[in-house]
Amino acid sequence: MSSWESGRRPITIAILAMGGEGGGVLSNWMVALGESSGYTAQSTSVAGVAQRTGATVYYVELYPDSYPAGKGSARQEPILSVFPTPGQVDVVIASELMEAGRALQRGFSTPDRTTLIASTNRVYSVTEKMELGDGRVDVESLLASAKAGSKLLIAADFGRLAQTAGSVISASLFGAFAGSGVLPVPRENFEETIRESGKGIERSLAAFSLGFTAAQEAAALAEAEKAHPKRPSGPGPVRLTIGMRPPQDPEAEAAEAEAKRHHELAISNPRSLVGPHLERRMDRVSQFPEAARSMVVHGCVRTAVFQSPEYTDLYLERAERFIGFDRARDDDQAELTLEAARHIALWMAYQDTIQVALQKVRAHRLEGVRKEAKAGEGQLTQVREYLHPQIDEIADTLPTSLGRWLSNSAFMEKIVGKVTRSGMIVNTTSVFGFSTLRILASMRPMRPRSLRYGREQLAIEAWLDTAIDVAQVDYELACGVVKAARVLKGYGQTLSHGNESFGKLMAVVPSLLGREEAAKTFNSLIQEALKDEDGVALDQALERLALSQVS
Amino acid sequence: MAERSFAKEVKLLRQGAGSELHVEGILAVTKALLQSGVSYVGGYQGAPISHLMDVLSDAKEILDELDVYFENSASEATAAAMLAASVHYPMRGAVAFKSTVGLNVASDALANLASGGVKGGALVILGEDYGEGSSIMQERSHAFAMKSQMWLLDPRPNITAIVDAVQKGFELSEASNTPVMLDIRLRSNHLHGSFIAEDNKRPQMTVTEAVENPKRDLSRIVLPPASFLHEHEKISQRWPAAVEYIRKNKMNEFFDGEAEDIGIIVQGGLYNTLNRGLELLGCSDAFGNTKVPMYVMNVTYPVIDQEVIDFCSGKKAVLLLEEGQPDYIEQNINSILRKAASDTALHGKDFLPMAGEYQTHVIVKGLATFLGQYRPELISSTPSLLLPADNPSSPFAPRVDAKQVQARPPGLCTGCPERPIFSAMKLAEREIGQEHHVSADIGCHLFAINEPFNLGATTMGYGLGSAGASALNAQGADRSTVAVMGDGGFWHNGLTSGVGNAVFNKNDQVLVIVDNAYAAATGGQDVLSTSTKSSTRSTQHPIEKAVRGVGVKWVKTVTNTYEIGKLRDVFINAFTTDAPGPKVIIAQSECMLNKERRDKPARAQAIKSGKRVVRQRFGVDAETCTGDHACIRVSGCPSLTIKDNPDPMRTDPVATVIDSCVGCGVCGANAHAASLCPSFYRTDVVINPNLADRILGSVRSAWITMLSSTVERRAMKYEVAA
Repeated sequence: MSSWESGRRPITIAILAMGGEGGGVLSNWMVALGESSGYTAQSTSVAGVAQRTGATVYYVELYPDSYPAGKGSARQEPILSVFPTPGQVDVVIASELMEAGRALQRGFSTPDRTTLIASTNRVYSVTEKMELGDGRVDVESLLASAKAGSKLLIAADFGRLAQTAGSVISASLFGAFAGSGVLPVPRENFEETIRESGKGIERSLAAFSLGFTAAQEAAALAEAEKAHPKRPSGPGPVRLTIGMRPPQDPEAEAAEAEAKRHHELAISNPRSLVGPHLERRMDRVSQFPEAARSMVVHGCVRTAVFQSPEYTDLYLERAERFIGFDRARDDDQAELTLEAARHIALWMAYQDTIQVALQKVRAHRLEGVRKEAKAGEGQLTQVREYLHPQIDEIADTLPTSLGRWLSNSAFMEKIVGKVTRSGMIVNTTSVFGFSTLRILASMRPMRPRSLRYGREQLAIEAWLDTAIDVAQVDYELACGVVKAARVLKGYGQTLSHGNESFGKLMAVVPSLLGREEAAKTFNSLIQEALKDEDGVALDQALERLALSQVS
Repeated sequence: MAERSFAKEVKLLRQGAGSELHVEGILAVTKALLQSGVSYVGGYQGAPISHLMDVLSDAKEILDELDVYFENSASEATAAAMLAASVHYPMRGAVAFKSTVGLNVASDALANLASGGVKGGALVILGEDYGEGSSIMQERSHAFAMKSQMWLLDPRPNITAIVDAVQKGFELSEASNTPVMLDIRLRSNHLHGSFIAEDNKRPQMTVTEAVENPKRDLSRIVLPPASFLHEHEKISQRWPAAVEYIRKNKMNEFFDGEAEDIGIIVQGGLYNTLNRGLELLGCSDAFGNTKVPMYVMNVTYPVIDQEVIDFCSGKKAVLLLEEGQPDYIEQNINSILRKAASDTALHGKDFLPMAGEYQTHVIVKGLATFLGQYRPELISSTPSLLLPADNPSSPFAPRVDAKQVQARPPGLCTGCPERPIFSAMKLAEREIGQEHHVSADIGCHLFAINEPFNLGATTMGYGLGSAGASALNAQGADRSTVAVMGDGGFWHNGLTSGVGNAVFNKNDQVLVIVDNAYAAATGGQDVLSTSTKSSTRSTQHPIEKAVRGVGVKWVKTVTNTYEIGKLRDVFINAFTTDAPGPKVIIAQSECMLNKERRDKPARAQAIKSGKRVVRQRFGVDAETCTGDHACIRVSGCPSLTIKDNPDPMRTDPVATVIDSCVGCGVCGANAHAASLCPSFYRTDVVINPNLADRILGSVRSAWITMLSSTVERRAMKYEVAA
């Protein structure tokens, strides 16, 4: 047997992190720990541009001094490598979930050897963040890959654990490394290493401890699962709108629980979910398919707060038009009604100046801001809004005729443009700022006479008519038509681009109707519309489509 | 002020003979310089050797004690020219810079230095930037060694070996009157290991003694007819002297092995990877007890003919591990063997890839081919990486959906003052409806080439952003070109190669000079225009003054890049003006990393001592945000990211500002300048409020409670309180 196979070899550790995350600190700790615990240690890293948030790899080898050089050896100290070798890495530590994926891709983590310690938090790549829709990669699939691609997966949100302790992720990951038990060194040695390194010792130790425990729990869980593999459970009847996150995220967990509660109450007792002035209307909710009721209740509240209970009646009328199509189907998903209930409410409660002002002055919003800024009880906190109302947005809130005059007046455009070109900063927490926004919010009763209100209602009716017409022929495509409202988002230029895209999508519907895979094609067009802001991707997709239709 | 402080580590430099030092490669090199009695040190920062310059800066006190002169050179050319001090005086000098870009810049001075030769040992320490993580074009330093005839050392990635190479390098240089290049590979610079120290030595001659006793020797000056003699001297005297020193001092190493009929020749820098490869195949152990005889070239230039012939004699085949291309060493050894009428087969690039880094798996594959052909019985184990990728046991078997793992290139840091410059440029282009050819430079601003900015077409070298646009100077065109340059590149050579050139040739380009007060990309080193005072250097020399000094008429300095609206207007002005000649925009704001390093402790101190401090951060209203991410597309800030939509009705993620936000204000300014959306807000938390704060606070709070009660009462009719 070769010396390598017989175990006279270093323990190899690769750390995949992003520049500036403390991977250097972590590898320094490992070297110090190794040197004080009977190992010859070597670490390397690639500096350079990797330091600016780019993905980077630190590599550590620890050679046990219990296997010294024989007499007459070529070297007296072990020869350690500067590269991780694919298939030969004992421990991979990934500071973020996509980096764990990278470790798999590069062959560092393999099922025969590697203990993969992965922090499940996500630091989104620019590509993921840029998309107009949801460009995030699938966390579940990454986790499943990490599990399959390692001997033991220790996954937990080590970023959050570190934060809890007021420290940084290197400390909790060091704890996880200790907790994994891969290195036969007592916990005290790890902690002593942190103590000797100097700064922020107490907080680092606290984060270390959290990481240690989390790793032991995760390892135990993984072992247990290995012993009794669980059958994958099918998707339940509850349709959640929030993205699937690893179950460790308490925020996502709470949101899931709340969605479940809301869903159940919307079926059993919808009146308990609304204020007194909407209770009576909840009787209409029971005629909706069960799967859609939670969304309908949300929609009722949304439209009432936005405008009035009468507006809610209009909302219910609109949503009810879709019920029949789902009743005729044998699945209980009620996708069409559910999505209609969602998008009608969102469109009806469009983001105009009045609505934004209302959102800014709500009590729960100001409380949320304080919490986010970690302002203590009674600690003085000021909130400044960055606003820049455009002439169109101002014209939109005015009564129709006045608004039309304003948006057509070159003179007024110049004046308003001058005032608003560089925007304004409003201190919501000041007497003047709050009053201004409060007055704006109270313009709500004027809204039904405004330019935009008229325009939006017409557009909504036209869109719903199309959806209903399509639904008679192609249920799936009708779902697509309803969901196309998703491209209507943003403000100013973004919104007008969205409007353009929406128009193009609606225009293509008649030509798709009756065709095979119409819904699939249409949904992919929606995805294209969300790819970029100027609609280039959508135009190209439409062009390809036109060509394929000709041929 | 550099990014990383070595104040703690440099104390180790005082350690005397016999003590074991556990250090990083760069620190070991510094200690080795002091142990060698170096008289002067210079250099220019650049990864992977930036930290060597930072260590030397932080070691000023120790250098002063030993009368060692140190300077941060203006460029690699300056650094190389500095070695002229070793031409006539028996002084040891060392300079350090990044290879190969540094060698490109320095090669004029180095060629002249190598021609006349040196009396005192002259060492060029190269931070080799080749392979994974490199930020530059992939070329070899070997070519420079050959063309000017300088010796090239390529020590094993081992701290003791590197320290030894520094000390022997000086001796070799003196023994052969030739400058020596010491190649420290990318990963060796930050290699952590240990070595046994020696005492520091005072220089044999200090720079003061040299200055006070001027000397010159006409035969050492590069001027005909001496320069013709130099070329002959290189061959007839310096080369043989070098060979003798290298052989006598056993700089290259030979290891025996049981398979005497074959052998491996390896560049010193690849030795550890080679041994790991042999270990994996069962042909060596952790202490280098190889079964295959090995010749380790710790000196890769010159190649010692006799050593090669001796090693190959009696062998039917040898394998050469030489990283990079062209295969200079392979050609050289082939020529040696041919001339010696040897029948040993030489393998190299036929079994190993011609281009690219020789990582372990690459070398293992090459070794397996070689041994498989000549001594297959030696291979006693087969590592999984040799399996084909479609075998599920291969480490390269697809284990993750490729779409789920996206590239994560480096980008601008949180709060970087350069981000708003590119936001403003994009907004200005959008407003005037014209896109431009953008000639980029080296520096952090180069990251604008990637998403989300997508600005920048070429990058021709440090400080050459302006020069890179010099041909595109069309008088009849409806727009100008745009060039970008950092303050680091500007002072390195951009002032003359770019600005002076544009003035002289009446180039109408718009030149943006990013003035963040440091050479930020290389780790935040001071430059001439650094805004803070320095005790050791002369700083605070404004770029605008320099630019006007070479004749630029149209210069606008924007002192706060975070005012995107203002900066956008300056761009529009520059894009649309009829003024002839270069339009220079100096965009100033201090590198946020450096600023935070200075301000953070001060802020913490102020809070502790009860002073009033306002802590700022930005935020996004999830309710108001519609999840269109337009803000991200004009910013790309790491602190501006996305999260699950808390609204149970909406599906797309909303924008959010995370705790790493430093409150620079770019997102707010962007929202303003681009008229994006009203979701952005800034929170100011007052820590240690004074009386006025408290009174104002309670008045406001009462007023808000009063006004908001009606809003909440109305909402309560429809909502159930959460």
